[in-house]
Amino acid sequence: MAAKTLTIDGKQISAEEGATVLQAATEAGIPIPTLCHLEGVYDMGACRLCIVEITGIPKLLPACTTKVAEGMEIKTNSERLRKYRRMILELLFAERNHVCAVCVSNGHCELQTLAYSQGMEHVRYDYTFPKWNLDTTHRLFGMDHNRCVLCNRCVRVCWHIEGAGTKNVSGRGAKSRIITDLNMPWGDADSCTECGKCVMSCPTGALFNKGSTVGEMERDRDKLEFIVNAREKKQWIAD
Amino acid sequence: MKIRLATVWLGGCAGCHMSFLDLDEFLIDLADAVDLVYSPVVDVKDYPENVDLCLIEGAVCNEDNLEILHKIRARTKVLVSFGDCAVTGNVAGLRNVIPVNKLLQRIYVDGADANGCIPHDGLPQLSKLARPAQDFVKIDVCLPGCPPQNKVIAGFLNNLLEGRKPETNQKIKFG
Amino acid sequence: MILNDLIAIKEKEIAGRKKIILRCCLAAGCMSSDSKGVKEQLDKAVADAGLQNEVEVRGVGCMKLCCEGPLVAVEPENALYVKVTADNAPLIIGALKGSKAAIPQADPNSAFFAKQLSIVLANSGIVDPERIESYIAMDGYQALHEVLHEMTPKDVVETMVKCGLRGRGGAGFPTGLKWGTVAKSPGAKKYVVCNADEGDPGAFMDRSVLESDPHSVLEGMAIAAYAVGADQGFIYVRAEYPLAIARLQIAIKQAKTMSLLGSGIFESPFNFNVDLRIGAGAFVCGEETALMMSVEGKRGTPRPRPPFPAESGLFGCPTLLNNVETFANVPAIYRKGAEWFAGIGTEKSKGTKVFALAGKIKNTGLIEVPMGTPLRTIVEEMGGGAPDGGTIKAVQTGGPSGGCIPSQHLDTPVDYESLGKLGSIMGSGGMIVMDQTTNMVEIARFFMEFCMDESCGKCIPCRAGTVQMHHILDKIVNRKATARDLAKLEELCDMVRNTSLCGLGQTAPNPTMSTLRFFRNEYEALLQSDPHGAQANGTANKTELGTK
Repeated sequence: MAAKTLTIDGKQISAEEGATVLQAATEAGIPIPTLCHLEGVYDMGACRLCIVEITGIPKLLPACTTKVAEGMEIKTNSERLRKYRRMILELLFAERNHVCAVCVSNGHCELQTLAYSQGMEHVRYDYTFPKWNLDTTHRLFGMDHNRCVLCNRCVRVCWHIEGAGTKNVSGRGAKSRIITDLNMPWGDADSCTECGKCVMSCPTGALFNKGSTVGEMERDRDKLEFIVNAREKKQWIAD
Repeated sequence: MKIRLATVWLGGCAGCHMSFLDLDEFLIDLADAVDLVYSPVVDVKDYPENVDLCLIEGAVCNEDNLEILHKIRARTKVLVSFGDCAVTGNVAGLRNVIPVNKLLQRIYVDGADANGCIPHDGLPQLSKLARPAQDFVKIDVCLPGCPPQNKVIAGFLNNLLEGRKPETNQKIKFG
Repeated sequence: MILNDLIAIKEKEIAGRKKIILRCCLAAGCMSSDSKGVKEQLDKAVADAGLQNEVEVRGVGCMKLCCEGPLVAVEPENALYVKVTADNAPLIIGALKGSKAAIPQADPNSAFFAKQLSIVLANSGIVDPERIESYIAMDGYQALHEVLHEMTPKDVVETMVKCGLRGRGGAGFPTGLKWGTVAKSPGAKKYVVCNADEGDPGAFMDRSVLESDPHSVLEGMAIAAYAVGADQGFIYVRAEYPLAIARLQIAIKQAKTMSLLGSGIFESPFNFNVDLRIGAGAFVCGEETALMMSVEGKRGTPRPRPPFPAESGLFGCPTLLNNVETFANVPAIYRKGAEWFAGIGTEKSKGTKVFALAGKIKNTGLIEVPMGTPLRTIVEEMGGGAPDGGTIKAVQTGGPSGGCIPSQHLDTPVDYESLGKLGSIMGSGGMIVMDQTTNMVEIARFFMEFCMDESCGKCIPCRAGTVQMHHILDKIVNRKATARDLAKLEELCDMVRNTSLCGLGQTAPNPTMSTLRFFRNEYEALLQSDPHGAQANGTANKTELGTK
C-alpha cells in the first residue's frame, strides 16, 4: 500500500493510502475533536466537530470521512474552525436537556469534556427545554432522550458489531429520536440481545446501566474496538 | 479604594455560596481587599449603587429574581454568572418541561399531607421558565460548575485582587 | 422494433388524424378544476353532433397558462378556451360549426406564449401522455435509435459535453462532465437515476413534464444509460404526484411492449429497464445521496461526498443522477444536434429553463424561456405584473435554497451565474413573485420553518441550527428581538452554511441571508431596543477593574 505525504497544521506527515485525515492526524499526535466518531464502526460525518480546512477546497470537510491525498495541506485548528465548533456545541446543549449536575455520566461525558476542551463556558442561544421521556422498560438498561445527541453510535454498534439491529432512528429534524425495534418499549424489543454494546458506546448519559446514579456511569469504549480488531484482524490486544 | 463586591442568591440551592465559603484562608485575604457590600451573608437590605463586581447564583425563576437582576445590572460594572443555574438554568430548569400550575398543584396540593393549597400571599409569581441570567441581561463572565470548584473561584478572584482581567485561569466544567 | 417500424407507427398516427383536434388539458392543475368532466362532455357533445369522424378530443398535458384552467385548445384554428366548464362543451362543439361561442379565450399570441421557447415542453399540451404512438408521431424515440446505431457511447458523451447542458435540478453541474465521469468509472454494474422528488414550495415543473410527456424522460434516460454503460434505471418520484406516477407506469409498460425499453432495444445489444421508486414525503430525499439511500430502502439521510455518486452511488455502483428536466432535454439535443442547443441561451448557460410562475402575478403557470431572458421580461411581460394594481417587490427563485431578488434587479438575466451573484440560485425552477404587501422577514421565517421541518436530523448544524434561526426569526417577526439577536442570526447563517453535511443545510440560510442583504431595513424596523443589555454594556467593561 502506497504512502501519502501531507501537511497538517504545518507539520509534514505521512499516512497510508486510504487512511482518513482523522486517522492521519491522530497518528501524528494532532488532536481533532470528535463526537459521532467511534473506533470500531464506520464513520458518518454527522456531528461536524471534526471539520477541517483543506487548501484548494472551498468547503469544510469532516476529517473522519475524508481520505488523505498526496500533498494535502490541512488546517485543523483555525480561529474560524474553533468558533464553528463552539457554536455546534452550544447548539447541542440548547437542543435537549443536558443537565450535567444530575446526569449519570457527569465527569465521564464526552459532550461535557468537549465543552470544556473547546472553551465553551456558556450557551448564547435560547434553551429549547423540550419534553422528552425516559425508557426504563429494559431489565438492565435505560434510555434518556433528554441527553441524546443523536450521534448514532448505538445504532451503528447494534447493527454492525452485534448484528442485532435493535436500535434505529425515527422521525426527522429536531424530533429525531432513537427507537428500539419498531418503536416499542426497549423491554419489549425481542431483537435486543442485552449485549450492552450500545450502552458502552454512548458518549453522554443517554444510555445507562440501571441503578447507576449521578456520575457513576463509566464506560469502556475501547472494548468495542477490541472486539472488532479481534474479529477482523485476529488481534487480541487490549489497551 | 477597596473593590466593592456583591454576591446574590436567585433561584439556586446556595451550593455555589457554600463553595465560595469553602475558600478557607483565602477568605481572609479577600476580606482585606474587598468590601462585601451585598450578599446573603451580610445584613444589607437593598442592593447598593456603584458595585464593582457581583456573583450571581441561581436561575431567574420568578418576578423578584428578574427585578433584582435588572437592578443589579444597572448598578454593577461586572456581572458574573456564578454556577450552572445562573449559566444554564441547570437544576432549577428541570421544571421547565412541566407547566407551572401543574407543578404547583403536584407539590402543594397533591403532595401535601394536610391542608393542601397553593401558597400565594406575598410570594412572587413563578415565571413560566426558569432561565439563565444571560437571557435577560448582559453577563460579563461565566463561572460554570455545580457548584464551581473553590479553586476556580479562588483563581478568578485572585485575578481580580491582583489587578488582572476578571477571568478564569482554571479549567472549568459544567456539572 | 427497427427504425422502419417506428416510422410506420408515426405515419399511421399522422394519417389517422382527424380534421379538427380539441386538446383538453388533463394535467393535475386543470384536473383539479374538473377538466376530466370537461373532456367527457366534449366527447359526448362530439357524439351528439355526429362529428366523430371529423373531431378528435385528445386528453393532453399542461398547456402552461394554469391560472386560467381548465384549458381547451382547438386545432387548426388555434383558439384557446379558458376556464372551461363541463357545461361549455356543447358551445365549443357548436363553435366548430360557426356559431359564436361565448366562452372566454386566451390570446395565443400574447407575450405569455409568444416569448416562450419550448424544448422540454415542446410536446406538453400536444401529445396524449398516455399513448406512446402520440409521442412517436412527434419523432419520439428516433434520437434513441440514432444514438444506438450511429454513435459510440463516447460520441454520445462528447455531444453532451459540446451542447453545454447543465443540470436542471438547481446546482447547474455540467451534464456532459457528469456523464463522462460515470462512463469512465470502472464497474460492471451502473445505474441511471432520475430525480423526480420535486419538493420546493411553489414548484411544479417536473410534475408537469412527467404528466404531460413522460416518454421524453424515458428516452432521455435510455440515451444516458447507453452513454454511461448502465442497464438499469430508477425514477424516484414523490408519492404526492399520483398522476405523474400513473402516467409513468403506463409509459414504461408501453415502451416495454414496443421493446423500446428492456432487452435488445432497437435490435442492438443495449438493454435498459426502468423502475419507479416512490418517495414517502421527505424533502431531503431530493438530495442525491439521501435519494439513493431511499432507493436502497434505507432511511433517507445524506452522506458526505466524496465519494460522489458517479464513483460510488446506488448499491455502491457508479450512478448517474439527473433531474427530470435534464433528461427531458436529452432527446431533442440528439435529434437536432449539439450546435443547435448550444446556440440557445447565454455563453455559460445553454438552452432553455422551465419556470413555475406563481405568487402575486397575473398569469401563473409554466413558462419555458431561453437562458439569459431578463427577469423583467418574465414577470412583467409574460407574467403580466402584479394583479390589482400592485407593484412587484421581489422575485423568489430556488425555493428554500434560493433567495429573493428585489425589484431593482429585475433586469438581471436568468442564468446560473447572474442569479448566484445576487445571492440566489437558479434552483429547479420555482419562481414566486411577491408584491408590496409582502413582509420579507415573514418570508425568511417561512422558508426557515420549511427547512427546519424537513431537516433529516443527521448533522447538528442543520438539525439544531435551523431551530435556533427559526426561533430568532420568529422573535423578530413578533418584535421581541434585539440587535444582539440579529447578530446571532447572521452568525448562525454563516455557520450552518459552512458546516452542514448536505445541500439542504448548506443552503437553508439563503432566503434569510438574501432578504437581509436587500431588505435589512425591514428586519431593523422590527427590532426592540435593548435597554438592559445596552445600558449594562455601556458601563461594564471586562478590563475596567484591571490595572495591570
